[in-house]
Amino acid sequence: MRHLLAVEGLSRSEIEAILDRAESFAEVGRRDIKKVPTLRGRTVVSLFYEASTRTSSSFELAAKRLSADLVSIKAGGSSVDKGESLKDTVATLSAYDPAAIVIRHPYAGAAQLVAEWSEAAVVNAGDGKHEHPSQALLDLYTLRRRLGSLEGKRIWIVGDVLHSRVARSNLVAFQAMGAAVTVCGPPTLIPRGIEALGCEVSHSLDRLGEADVVYALRLQKERMAESFLPSLREYATRFQIDTRRLAPRQLLMHPGPVNRGVELSGEAVDSPQSLISEQVASGLVVRMAILYELLAARERPAPVEGEGAQSPTPLGQPA
Amino acid sequence: MVLDMRSGEGADIVLRGATVLDPVAGIEGAHDVVVRDGRIAELAAPGAGEAAGGEEIDAEGLHAFPAFFDPHVHLRTPGQEHKEDIETGTRAAAAGGFCGVLAMANTDPPVSTPADVEALREAAREQASVPVGFLATVTRGMEGGELTEMAALRDAGALGFSDDGLPVRSARVLRRALQYQQLCGGTIALHEEDPELSGAGVMHEGPVSAALGLTGIPSVSESTTIARDAALAAYEGARIHVQHLSAAESVEAVRAAKAAGVRISAEASPHHLCLTDEAVRSLDSRRFKMNPPLRAEADRQALIEGLRDGTIECVATDHAPHAAEEKEVPFEQAAMGVTGLETAFAALHTHLVLPGVLDLALVVERLAGGAEPFGLERPSLAPGSEANVALCDLGATWTVGEEGYESRSSNSWCAGEELTGRVQMTLAGGQVAYRLRSFSLGVAR
Repeated sequence: MRHLLAVEGLSRSEIEAILDRAESFAEVGRRDIKKVPTLRGRTVVSLFYEASTRTSSSFELAAKRLSADLVSIKAGGSSVDKGESLKDTVATLSAYDPAAIVIRHPYAGAAQLVAEWSEAAVVNAGDGKHEHPSQALLDLYTLRRRLGSLEGKRIWIVGDVLHSRVARSNLVAFQAMGAAVTVCGPPTLIPRGIEALGCEVSHSLDRLGEADVVYALRLQKERMAESFLPSLREYATRFQIDTRRLAPRQLLMHPGPVNRGVELSGEAVDSPQSLISEQVASGLVVRMAILYELLAARERPAPVEGEGAQSPTPLGQPA
Repeated sequence: MVLDMRSGEGADIVLRGATVLDPVAGIEGAHDVVVRDGRIAELAAPGAGEAAGGEEIDAEGLHAFPAFFDPHVHLRTPGQEHKEDIETGTRAAAAGGFCGVLAMANTDPPVSTPADVEALREAAREQASVPVGFLATVTRGMEGGELTEMAALRDAGALGFSDDGLPVRSARVLRRALQYQQLCGGTIALHEEDPELSGAGVMHEGPVSAALGLTGIPSVSESTTIARDAALAAYEGARIHVQHLSAAESVEAVRAAKAAGVRISAEASPHHLCLTDEAVRSLDSRRFKMNPPLRAEADRQALIEGLRDGTIECVATDHAPHAAEEKEVPFEQAAMGVTGLETAFAALHTHLVLPGVLDLALVVERLAGGAEPFGLERPSLAPGSEANVALCDLGATWTVGEEGYESRSSNSWCAGEELTGRVQMTLAGGQVAYRLRSFSLGVAR
């Protein structure tokens, strides 16, 4: 694996390699000195064109725990605000010879372009409404720890699927691991043609009981102004996940940040079925694993350029 | 109404033994095409044509077609000469076998006054390798509110009217323009899109946009507007031309309007005839982002059927050059449009003729079909006609862009693709407008 641009196109074994690697990093977090020397002397650039709390902080902490040098750039206050093109910004940053560039961008395909323009390994930390692969991987990691295999499980993704990169990445990731996925929401917020990705579509929570996992999405409040929804109240009445709709055996997930009282009731967020805080904890080890898989491997003599090369075997245990 | 081009010598040339195909004139077979002083003097038996001191070309194994006519190009002058200008755009046209193009008016500023048209015509008489006609905008500055001085624009030489790039959003304004057309003539060419439905869309709405998380442009954004405008044209007895059809519903809307007697014509672009939204999965905005967008396979099939049955009478490239930096950005931010003049024939030949989808004769006919909707004479190889000839090698393979482009821009939807069939020489407006550089090898004797 040279870059992590999308879940689409990842094989099950590539996904499992990252999840296995993340398992091995869980132990690091329990030490007094939570650091391994793996990426010492290498530079990771974190380039965020959109506000983000958990994704940027967990990628940055992951890089630090792997002992990388970190350059963190936020759109606010940088040359990005002065009209510099993405291509020129990447050229500028390339002067630091970064080993990896982690990029969050408001438009689809930005990470792919950076991968074309830079020698660095590129991690897509969210591109427009397209993909958010590290979120999908941390969600798989969280579920694997709780459920073991996802083979044959039923997962419902509920809410604003249309505007959600998380929905797209997770839909692909869950199916890659053998789960059956249903996307659910009002027809205005389900993209036309989504069933071509292999999922079922539902416009009602009536059959929510069949789900083993309920994955709720954040509802942006500005959607009403664009007439996607008549009101938050009407949305909540039909689609809010609350403890009445959620059976005790069902697990609840959400990528955060939660609008309490809109897509989730407060009790559901705090219920024992909720994996939301575990997801955040998983984010760190999974992002360490992503950087490790992309970078530790690249110290080795470069395999033959192109797709034919297998993802490299890790250089032994991270400790 | 005449088109404008650089003045020059009328060609004196004999194309020896060319395989001539002019489906409309009913000419098919091997002939010496004898051109004297810029006109087709005769189609003689191979070897029998009198050179009379002019140039002779060994055209055996090559096809001579009536040169093509493109009713929809963007020459970007005035104001956007970093993308294209009259000289480079018409050179691209000549290289594609075109003997005439109509330039859209969505320049910067838009072509909205008689002085604008006169200035462009004068520039074309200095710079254009092939005859150019200029459309003027329907509304002042393309703002959608007030009509331009349509009669004065016609007097200045505007071939017709279009706000292309944008639809005429207001039915009231379009209706007034259609009424006014009775006074001044000039076909009104319409970019059909309902901005309420297309919104911030950047590609066709369907499974591919769902998978990519890109905002879709639904097919009905185009077809509902066509239906509205056809109804207005019927009511006013006006003459309209709908541009760059992309959707099956649109073809159906045009077919229904024609059946009802509306004076409507339609065009389709090579990229819509050859590609679908599947290509957008690459997120390559340079090649695959344009408006209207590449649509689904069923839409592509409907366009092909429309071309076949005459619902769509012409191919138009919608040649839309953009500078590299306007395309080297994420897909959603990239400029809409692709170039197409240099590849139109080769692409249609490769994608549709060679696989047996469309007959060569039909493609040749539709590539020259863009003149008549604007009241211009169709290019012809019949003796006595002005010499407008596209001489093509149907067996030549070439990789698009490998040797650069005649256009100033390189956002060809075929970039990097190997195509079969290439224009070797173009006669346009009676002059030699283009020779493929290596083609001098073909000089006879």
